Amino acid sequence: MSQAVWTVVLVPAALYLAGVARSRSPWPVGRTAAWLAGLGCLAVALTGPLATTHGDLRAHMAAHLLVGMVAPVLLVLARPSTLLLRALPAPAARRVSRALRTAPVRVLTDPFVATGINAAGLWLLYGTGLLTAMLHSPGMHLLVSVHVLLTGWLATAAVLALDPIGHRRGVVARAVALAAGAAAHDVLAKALYAAPPAGVTGAEAGAQLMYHGGTVVHVLVAALLWRQWYRSRATVRDAERAALPTPA
Amino acid sequence: MTAADPGRPDRRRLLVSGLLFGLGAAGAVDEIVFHQLLHWHHFYDRASGAAGLVSDGLLHAATWSATVAGLALLADVRRRRSFAAGAWWGAVLVGAGAFQVWDGVVHHKLLRLHQVRYGVDLTGYDVAWIGAGALVLLAGVLLLRRARTHPAPRSPAP
Repeated sequence: MSQAVWTVVLVPAALYLAGVARSRSPWPVGRTAAWLAGLGCLAVALTGPLATTHGDLRAHMAAHLLVGMVAPVLLVLARPSTLLLRALPAPAARRVSRALRTAPVRVLTDPFVATGINAAGLWLLYGTGLLTAMLHSPGMHLLVSVHVLLTGWLATAAVLALDPIGHRRGVVARAVALAAGAAAHDVLAKALYAAPPAGVTGAEAGAQLMYHGGTVVHVLVAALLWRQWYRSRATVRDAERAALPTPA
Repeated sequence: MTAADPGRPDRRRLLVSGLLFGLGAAGAVDEIVFHQLLHWHHFYDRASGAAGLVSDGLLHAATWSATVAGLALLADVRRRRSFAAGAWWGAVLVGAGAFQVWDGVVHHKLLRLHQVRYGVDLTGYDVAWIGAGALVLLAGVLLLRRARTHPAPRSPAP
């Protein structure tokens, strides 16, 4: 099983580093660090003690926070699509760029759609028997973890919109989508506290970890989003000032 | 004021920033004082049912989102040199007071989602909760009116 986990972690790391080596312009080292740190979160969550304590909701939620929230933020900050476009030869890059603008990608990367998919996946996992199945089968565990990672990544990428993907909405719409996703996460955590799934231990502490840990990461994403807006406003302001007549 | 006056959108942004920050600050005070310090409120009180869970989750996400957005707008207002302390604090108090009154009237009394405290006679607590909110709201409105009639001198744009 751990071979499959290492494939999930090491192959993306190797591909990204190959991309950095081939990039046409210098690639900021912080982005590479973010990519490797995000994959490191996955390795910790999927191979360490967090993955082997079956039936304990505290360990499960610690892993959930790493796989579904912390790793996605780091992977988004690494801007893999931008790197892909810079590393590929121009004709291939143009094809990728066109693919990123097609209708399905645009719908999927709408912040409201992406956040909805992420929340729906979590409600399915915790509202049905899927969690119990996942806690007792390593194969299911990896499959569900990859799904949680991909939907969390999609939602974070749609809200922060750092990579050139699809259509980019304004900051208010993206902040509202983020808050709606966070609300769904909070309600789910409290619902797990109120009525824990059958056969898990540490349910109350696990639900509280999900709630408070989720808040910390969501606030961080909101701060990144608004910092982006603050910086873009500087550009707008400079343009406005340039358009004004010079005062006497 | 003429239509070309650049102060108007700046003032609106200043007020929106204060309102959002006030809403978020009231939520944070509730969380810190009544949940963590006094332990009058609980993570889940096993009595409020599904509606209580949903409203708690929504409010929690809404208040911290408002705090972050309010601070970002404040940073932009300050950068544009349009910050006016009286108007901003007035808007903060209006936001915080409105949140407190809404929480006390709608959540506690109309929807009965949860209460100020458990195992005691509630009348005094409710009067104090809603009254405090109304006082803060009133103070905010007064500050805003004063800021309108006695506007602080604005520093010129850099």
